[in-house]
Amino acid sequence: MIPAAFDYVRAHTTDEAFAHLQQHGADARVLAGGQSLIPAMRFRLARPAVLVDINALTDLGHLRISDQALAVGAIARDSDIERAPWIGERRWSLIRDASRVVADPVVRQMGTVVGSLCHNDPAGDWTTVALASGATVVVRGKTGTRRVPIDSFLVDSFATAVGEGEMALGADFPVPDDRTAGSYQKVERKVGDFATAAAAVQVSLNADGTIRAAGVALSAAGACAVRVDAAEKLLAGQKPSAELIRAASNAAWERSAPQADLRGTVEYKKHLAGVLVARGLRQALARLGVQA
Amino acid sequence: MKVNIKVNGVSYEKDVEPRTLLAYFLREDCKLTGTHVGCDTSSCGCCVVVMDGTRAVKSCSMFAVQADGHEILTVEGLAEGGKLHALQQGFWDQHGLQCGYCTPGMMLTSYALLKQQPAPSENDIREGLAGNLCRCTGYNNIVKAVQQAAATLSQPAGAAK
Repeated sequence: MIPAAFDYVRAHTTDEAFAHLQQHGADARVLAGGQSLIPAMRFRLARPAVLVDINALTDLGHLRISDQALAVGAIARDSDIERAPWIGERRWSLIRDASRVVADPVVRQMGTVVGSLCHNDPAGDWTTVALASGATVVVRGKTGTRRVPIDSFLVDSFATAVGEGEMALGADFPVPDDRTAGSYQKVERKVGDFATAAAAVQVSLNADGTIRAAGVALSAAGACAVRVDAAEKLLAGQKPSAELIRAASNAAWERSAPQADLRGTVEYKKHLAGVLVARGLRQALARLGVQA
Repeated sequence: MKVNIKVNGVSYEKDVEPRTLLAYFLREDCKLTGTHVGCDTSSCGCCVVVMDGTRAVKSCSMFAVQADGHEILTVEGLAEGGKLHALQQGFWDQHGLQCGYCTPGMMLTSYALLKQQPAPSENDIREGLAGNLCRCTGYNNIVKAVQQAAATLSQPAGAAK
């Protein structure tokens, strides 16, 4: 349970962190909250030769809302989101729901949203939320900073578009309009466990009550968080109804490709994916004053 | 690596390997064995300490080098001048501990909770302690202990028992 030996550097500026990462390439890992990385190192599932600690980079601790996006800095904690003054607004309900069920309350005081995206655990929460809300990740590379849409950011289990020597500086979540609400539905064996299954849903309505756009994504249903394209397509333009929700739920069941483990069988987890998408859609719509 | 970590107001200057976890630094280098190690993998909350006054952290999932230059509060630092902290008094009065193994983590998580939320509801306390496991399952009395401490701490200075 003792990690393999490594060298530790504490960066005091983003430039300094980036220089260390460039120098050490694949041998280095960024240490933000460390709530996934450190346990992985203790199990020797991860053996980085160098850890570049970015916790002193307070300029990356921001949660900033502009007209377009909520910008989440690389060391903004899960608990910062949970306690943000705007978190009670309906438009942020997907992010609010998720912020209360990520890991446990103590882990959330260290754990970071961006770190969770970069870790890209198949059963992660923030990756799933990021898909349903259409987030982008800001990555600094050798030739400058680029913005990577979440769909192409999540490459495979524990693999992202962040290349060797690169660093994620933050993530941007588009500001939903005021006819938007979401819901995060998670089934876990106990507080702090990984999701047995989870669904992130975000729905935007037109003035006439039809669905303008929907984001639907699943956790623990594949190599990494998966977008349920079919559900998003069939919801768009339609008037909410029980039948429509059933169709979206079926699409989630079909799309879900979980692995059997101690948390449940494939059949059970696929069933949950469908049920949780239906519950999420009903709750998001209820938050918009629509019973379906 | 040389580190200087202030634990319960006392500076500890030590030479540690980067891979030394904070929990083991506290227990083995500082000889402060009040911080317990339970699951050792951030699931149980026995090892919780408070960093920089308000943040509860699981010391089994943080390296000592990360705490360099920071202040750590452990259960040994709760009482002042031989007088129990309101949380310790609460756990005593409300029988908030049985075997005692989870108690330091419960108290330090509660300490940070009360700093962030001085008047929590019963539900806030239950949710706030959701990352701390008590295998004796004495949760009701733990919640009562924290409620008592919240009430004591919210009294004006001097009025506290």
